[in-house]
Amino acid sequence: MTTGTRTRPATRARDRRRDRRRDRRRRDRSRRLAAVTLAVLGLAVLLVPLVARLDQSQVDLASASLPPGLAHPFGTDDLGRDVLLRVVYGLRVSLLVGLVAAAVSATVGTLVGLAAGTLGGAADRILMRVVDGFNSVPHLLFGIFIVALFSPGATAVVVSVGLTHWMTAARIVRSEVLTLRSRPFVDAAISGGSGRARIVLRHFLPHLAPHVALAAVLMVPHAVWHETALSFLGLGLPPHLASLGNMINDGARSLLAGDWWPSLFPGLFILLPTLAISTLAQGWRDRTDPRRRSELQL
Amino acid sequence: MLRADGVTVAYDRHRVLDRVTISVPPGEVTGLAGPSGCGKSSLARVLALLLRPAAGTVSVDGEEVRRWRHRAAPALRTTIALIFQQPRLAVDPRFTLLDVVAEPLRVARRPLDRAERLAEEMGLTPDLLTRRPHEVSDGQLQRACVARALTLRPRYVICDEMTTMLDASTQALLVARLEEYRRESGAGVLAISHDTELLDRWCGPGSTVHRFGPAEPGPGQADATGGTWTRT
Repeated sequence: MTTGTRTRPATRARDRRRDRRRDRRRRDRSRRLAAVTLAVLGLAVLLVPLVARLDQSQVDLASASLPPGLAHPFGTDDLGRDVLLRVVYGLRVSLLVGLVAAAVSATVGTLVGLAAGTLGGAADRILMRVVDGFNSVPHLLFGIFIVALFSPGATAVVVSVGLTHWMTAARIVRSEVLTLRSRPFVDAAISGGSGRARIVLRHFLPHLAPHVALAAVLMVPHAVWHETALSFLGLGLPPHLASLGNMINDGARSLLAGDWWPSLFPGLFILLPTLAISTLAQGWRDRTDPRRRSELQL
Repeated sequence: MLRADGVTVAYDRHRVLDRVTISVPPGEVTGLAGPSGCGKSSLARVLALLLRPAAGTVSVDGEEVRRWRHRAAPALRTTIALIFQQPRLAVDPRFTLLDVVAEPLRVARRPLDRAERLAEEMGLTPDLLTRRPHEVSDGQLQRACVARALTLRPRYVICDEMTTMLDASTQALLVARLEEYRRESGAGVLAISHDTELLDRWCGPGSTVHRFGPAEPGPGQADATGGTWTRT
């Protein structure tokens, strides 16, 4: 009995420490995996176009619709183009369009949210009604309208995605600013002579950065899908340019003939970088939020 | 003289302060006692130009305040320092303690060595100054907040339940430091607390102690039925 009461708390504490270590290892492992995945994909996207001997747009009808094999690990599509090579090129295009579009929409959203939250009053009401207005229009329809104003191409897609997806970031930033604004440390900063600009730059933005970054990362798949939809309608990237969206749409044709590989592999390679990026973003958020960090170190 | 005249503060329809008049003369300690919920902190924020009253005026050295919060002139804002009840909420969790103390100096573009000196006087070691708020105790954090309040040599210091969360020795240290500052600079101090014993010790003979009315009055019935007395 006496030994029981004496050892049990110690055992429990040891168990807790072990559990925490295991959790951290698991977290570290998935982050390492994500980092490695992203690094491999990034290197492939950057280097393969420099060293590849095959041309991704090379049509070879003799070897059309080959299933995955040694010569073509991901098979070939109905025009005999190597799917692996096209995935690499497609990833390059789609990631670039997705990242730039996400950055654009996060920037626009942050500026609008900051203005609404900081200025308050009439400015806040007007800006948030604008957000509601943008939200009430179907994204795709509005995106098509914007693309129609430009000549089709990557810039048009980026602008279209940027202007239809900034509202989420604006909402997140505004609500964060509203809670930050009423915190006593903002009162203390004002009392110490800080002006509005300094409070926004030194106190608000560092608190917002993780939220904005996370919103931006979660925007990347949206941007990629948006690009896909626009490409499908012939308004996105030109068909000869391999983007993951173009490939999946091309692959849909082969799917009817029972060929799964031309659409499955590009689909997988949308999922892979997205998962990797969001895992890393969470790790970054944990590290930058000092309170979370101290909990992790316990 | 820092003076509030007929100040009324209401949150929605709940009146927290109803035509309250108080003055904080330079060089003296003025006490303000009252139970929680009676509007002490609201009055502190009004006097620190952080909360615009629904009615009434605030004047600093005879000059009536027309703009509040960040719209007030920085030079005016920094003549009145406010020390908060909960130091943990009163500092940016991302700042190191040194950044917390030095921020007013940075804003005013003055040399930062005064921050280090003030922090040292408050017993904060250089090691502590590199830490962030979650790595130090409430007492150490409040010492940093007092140092921050004094960096720009305010003419008025408002201590809103400054020592409520702290142990007796830290409380004594903070009060002693503020008294020292008051004597050397001739600043006016408004000591706010629900703890009348502390106010008794802090406010010397001849100083005024105001007492606020009933605790957490219902809507519409908040009026200061408490009194004001002068310690003899």
